[in-house]
Amino acid sequence: MEKFTVHTGRAVPLRRSNVDTDQIIPAVYLKRVSRTGFEDGLFAAWRADPDFVLNKPEYAEGTVLIAGPDFGTGSSREHAVWALQNYGFKAVLSSRFADIFRGNSLKGGLLTVVLPQPVIEKLWDMVEADPTTEVTVDLVERQVRAGDLVEPFELDDYTRWRLMEGLDDIDLTLRHTDAIAEYEKRRKPWLPVTQ
Amino acid sequence: MARTMAEKVWEEHVVRRAEGEPDLLYIDLHLVHEVTSPQAFEGLRLANRRLRRPDLTIATEDHNVPTENIFLPIADPVSRTQVETLRKNASEFGVRLHQMGDIDQGIVHVIGPQLGLTQPGMTIVCGDSHTSTHGAFGALAFGIGTSQVEHVMATQTLPMTPFKTMAVNVTGSLKPGVTAKDIILAVIAKIGTGGGQGYVIEYRGEAIRALSMEARMTICNMSIEAGARAGMIAPDQTTFDYIKGRPHAPKGELWDQAVEYWKTLVTDEDAVFDKEVFLDADELSPFVTWGTNPGQGAPLDSVVPDPASFEDPVERAAAEKALAYMDLKPGTPLRDIRVDTVFVGSCTNGRIEDLRAAAEVIKGRKVADHVRMLVVPGSQRVKEQAAAEGLDEIFKAAGAEWREAGCSMCLGMNPDTLKPGERSASTSNRNFEGRQGKGGRTHLVSPLVAAATAVRGTLSSPADL
Ligand code: SF4
Repeated sequence: MEKFTVHTGRAVPLRRSNVDTDQIIPAVYLKRVSRTGFEDGLFAAWRADPDFVLNKPEYAEGTVLIAGPDFGTGSSREHAVWALQNYGFKAVLSSRFADIFRGNSLKGGLLTVVLPQPVIEKLWDMVEADPTTEVTVDLVERQVRAGDLVEPFELDDYTRWRLMEGLDDIDLTLRHTDAIAEYEKRRKPWLPVTQ
Repeated sequence: MARTMAEKVWEEHVVRRAEGEPDLLYIDLHLVHEVTSPQAFEGLRLANRRLRRPDLTIATEDHNVPTENIFLPIADPVSRTQVETLRKNASEFGVRLHQMGDIDQGIVHVIGPQLGLTQPGMTIVCGDSHTSTHGAFGALAFGIGTSQVEHVMATQTLPMTPFKTMAVNVTGSLKPGVTAKDIILAVIAKIGTGGGQGYVIEYRGEAIRALSMEARMTICNMSIEAGARAGMIAPDQTTFDYIKGRPHAPKGELWDQAVEYWKTLVTDEDAVFDKEVFLDADELSPFVTWGTNPGQGAPLDSVVPDPASFEDPVERAAAEKALAYMDLKPGTPLRDIRVDTVFVGSCTNGRIEDLRAAAEVIKGRKVADHVRMLVVPGSQRVKEQAAAEGLDEIFKAAGAEWREAGCSMCLGMNPDTLKPGERSASTSNRNFEGRQGKGGRTHLVSPLVAAATAVRGTLSSPADL
């Protein structure tokens, strides 16, 4: 996984709430068996509309998505994270994320940052007034900065460390194989097996 | 210390706990399907890792599969690749797989309970958000992403940060014609699609205790629609009776030991939930959605709401967008909404009891001329049982299509989709824009409402017939 420390880039204002993962990537795009190439499915239904924000040339280079509340609700498809990453997004800002989406994003190295809704509104206004506005998402300082706005955000130390080191969760867990084997010895005797 | 049921199950599964790190939880059962697994198997292969516990893993084909002509090759080449990839991976990694046509094939959340693999006190995961269904047995069951699927495959564990706990207390008793689906739609409308975020919900109260396992599964299934990670219901005699005798249920002495333990999986009397919500079942009536998220619902007796009536500007804007997409005008009685399609099926309402309920309403009646009705059993066993009870004949005689098992029109990955502008009454769980096909419009309903709607052609309850 790529390390994440500080990212600065242009932003895309997505003024919608409750953007579910079926909107982020519709089911028909989930059929690939790889982790790449999902960018064509990103917001597919809305991209048909020339006025949709991602179709506007001034936002073509955006790498930070500023979304409305309850982003990523619905299906657990991790393809939603891949589609955003494949498209070029490094971070998503919202006042509230759905849990599974948030978990998926932080595992996969897409930094999802929770900010108060008034801050999101302010960022929307800034980026709409001037699409060249650069937004910095600083994981080291746990801060989002844009123009004169400096806003702290919370992220637990463990996740922050893992993202900054670019560490894969599986490797970390495999260090504890002994503990897993120990646990397996004390599982309830009636628990079912599939084979 | 007094603990909730969810906390008890959690504690029982902690493999490792360290300051400042998530708990490492053991996973008792991993359910796998074709859509969210290929990248995980590929990840294992690339890293040269093995599947730690094939014997705690089971796979089925459900999301993509056609529900007609299942013995022909799948027409869509991409769907076919995905199903074939699962078959290849299952054989390479030694995973038990139920393929199309197999009697145990079906929607992943229908087959787990049916096989007796879903039991109280277990941790169950699947790369699918409706894994919450299994919580109906008092299991801690939640959906995970593909990276986590890979993690479970490699380690049989997941690092997790604790959930908060919420009690949804449903008092009183349901009136005839009102179902578990109406309870959960009302709960979601009440707390909102983000209301359960960060929580494991425990459904409690006499109205819940009175429900069958099927109905409990309907409720827990849609916990995710309220944003919750999982939903749970404490196991009781209804649960034990359902499990007993199923292929993977404990037997003999182990059964007695298991039941004894399962009985301890109730929330301690003085345990405190982080949040509590109350609902009176006596006041519920059939509930339907009018918008494009499951929280946008209202009693069938009411009208399409006016967005201006929402105080919260975000909700107001969402309602405006939803009504534009759904092509509905404020003030329209919900009963006047005309549908083209009725879908009975999915992991929410595709079990035998759901088919019985729908059949009961449609028996001796006809599906309206302009309506297409699809009945898709949740599993092949459900299909077989329904046929044994003659339900298939009832549906066919009414003019409905009787299909093979799968997710089907719940998400429209197979050929069962809505066309742009088409409107459905659907017993599934998501009314998102385009969920059942691009441009399709979905109203979530109970099986009873679905059947009555098929007959009248507009959103209806059996009482309207
Ligand atoms: S029936 Fe629908 S909700 Fe259930 S697993 Fe299948 S696609 Fe998901």
